[in-house]
Amino acid sequence: MSWGFLRDLLTGVNKYSTGIGRIWVAVVFLFRLLVYIVAAENIWKYEHDEFECNIKQPGCENVCFDHFFPVSHIRLWALQLIMVSTPSLLVVFHVAYRENREKHHTQKLYKSPGEIDGGLLCTYLISLILKTGFEIVFLVLFYKLYNGFKVPHLVKCDLRPCPNTVDCYISKPTEKMIFLYFLVATSCLCIVLNLSELTYLIFKYSIKCYLKKCVKKHQ
Amino acid sequence: MDWGALHTILGGVNKHSTSIGKIWLTVLFIFRIMILVVAAERVWGDEQDDFICNTLQPGCKNVCYDHFFPISHIRLWALQLIFVSTPALLVAMHVAYRRHEKKRQFRKGDQKCEYKDIEEIRRQRFRIEGSLWWTYTSSIFFRLVFEAVFMYAFYFMYDGFRMPRLMKCNAWPCPNTVDCFVSRPTEKTVFTIFMIAVSSICILLNVAELCYLLTKFFLRRSKKAGNPKHHPNHENKEETKQNEMNELISDSCQNTVIGFSS
Repeated sequence: MSWGFLRDLLTGVNKYSTGIGRIWVAVVFLFRLLVYIVAAENIWKYEHDEFECNIKQPGCENVCFDHFFPVSHIRLWALQLIMVSTPSLLVVFHVAYRENREKHHTQKLYKSPGEIDGGLLCTYLISLILKTGFEIVFLVLFYKLYNGFKVPHLVKCDLRPCPNTVDCYISKPTEKMIFLYFLVATSCLCIVLNLSELTYLIFKYSIKCYLKKCVKKHQ
Repeated sequence: MDWGALHTILGGVNKHSTSIGKIWLTVLFIFRIMILVVAAERVWGDEQDDFICNTLQPGCKNVCYDHFFPISHIRLWALQLIFVSTPALLVAMHVAYRRHEKKRQFRKGDQKCEYKDIEEIRRQRFRIEGSLWWTYTSSIFFRLVFEAVFMYAFYFMYDGFRMPRLMKCNAWPCPNTVDCFVSRPTEKTVFTIFMIAVSSICILLNVAELCYLLTKFFLRRSKKAGNPKHHPNHENKEETKQNEMNELISDSCQNTVIGFSS
């Protein structure tokens, strides 16, 4: 059980997405998941070992690291990727439900079970809203937990058992900051894509409804 | 989930590429991604552990390492490979869009019920002309731009492509100017030069492909201008259909599973 599962999930979602949805899947796949696995994970791999404080007092380093990194950047990143990909499952479940229903009634109930209309449209819109919501929540969490998206190279720590204020040095702060900015940029891009898709779908189906009403009136 | 997923995605694009494009893809996978994964990652694996500074001052090593390596070679290469592979997706998306349109036309159009017609549409190989030509050419252009940008970034950040053995560092909290020693500098230089050389080969292949496509475009245009009497649409349709039939017959054994763009 690993990231391959998420990859399969996203590939399955791709089938029932609009064009913008497919671009979103491509961005998540290439610029977030792949970058996370091949590059980012290795940067944060030894972050605790390489976190060094200018003191020999046992326990001081551990306490300081825990204070400044309650949840590591990389773990938050992984959680964000999982939470952001999961709402798409709602669409997959709804399509499976439709297909099951058709099988059960042994007749064609829908024009095409995968076509985005009626109830599936609502499910799709809800999944888009949830995706956008999760993205924003995680960006705010990152900002609040780490006082912005900067990674300082030095932090001053005076928690027990450190005897005084002690200098602690973070490893690879510049590289971590570059990848954090990359994370923020791709999150913002995904938010823009989700909002565009939401607008496009609402606009498209409003026009469809309006035209249907016009046709009915004329009849 | 790793580079294998990228291979699956790009493998589908391979079908619609020119011969030079196929060579480029092979060079990318064998001489860049594979070398990165099986060799380069091991060479840079212990880079911070074995980066040793001649001081006992805690924190000096971290600060000096960060100063000399703002972003590691290996991460820069990984980003370069991802960015350089991405424009090929534009082509994959365009092909998927064309297939979708053809399927829609087939469903709406005549109900001749040719057995497995949808399958034929799925397996069909599109020629690089019309709007697909523009998409393909733009993707090559973007590839070139990304390659050039990353090579320049490399050169700018590391003052050339050589890895020095010794670096002198006097960033705070190092008490004085301190000698810091990089691990495996020669091996790293060799791999850096190798990766730069292969990037240059990829740039040359992209330039050659761009020239080939432009030449083909202008030749086709001059042919059309030279024969105004024939109905170009009708003749092209007949010619294209015959070519597609021939390609279908010859390609019927070379199906690639397109996991991403179906």
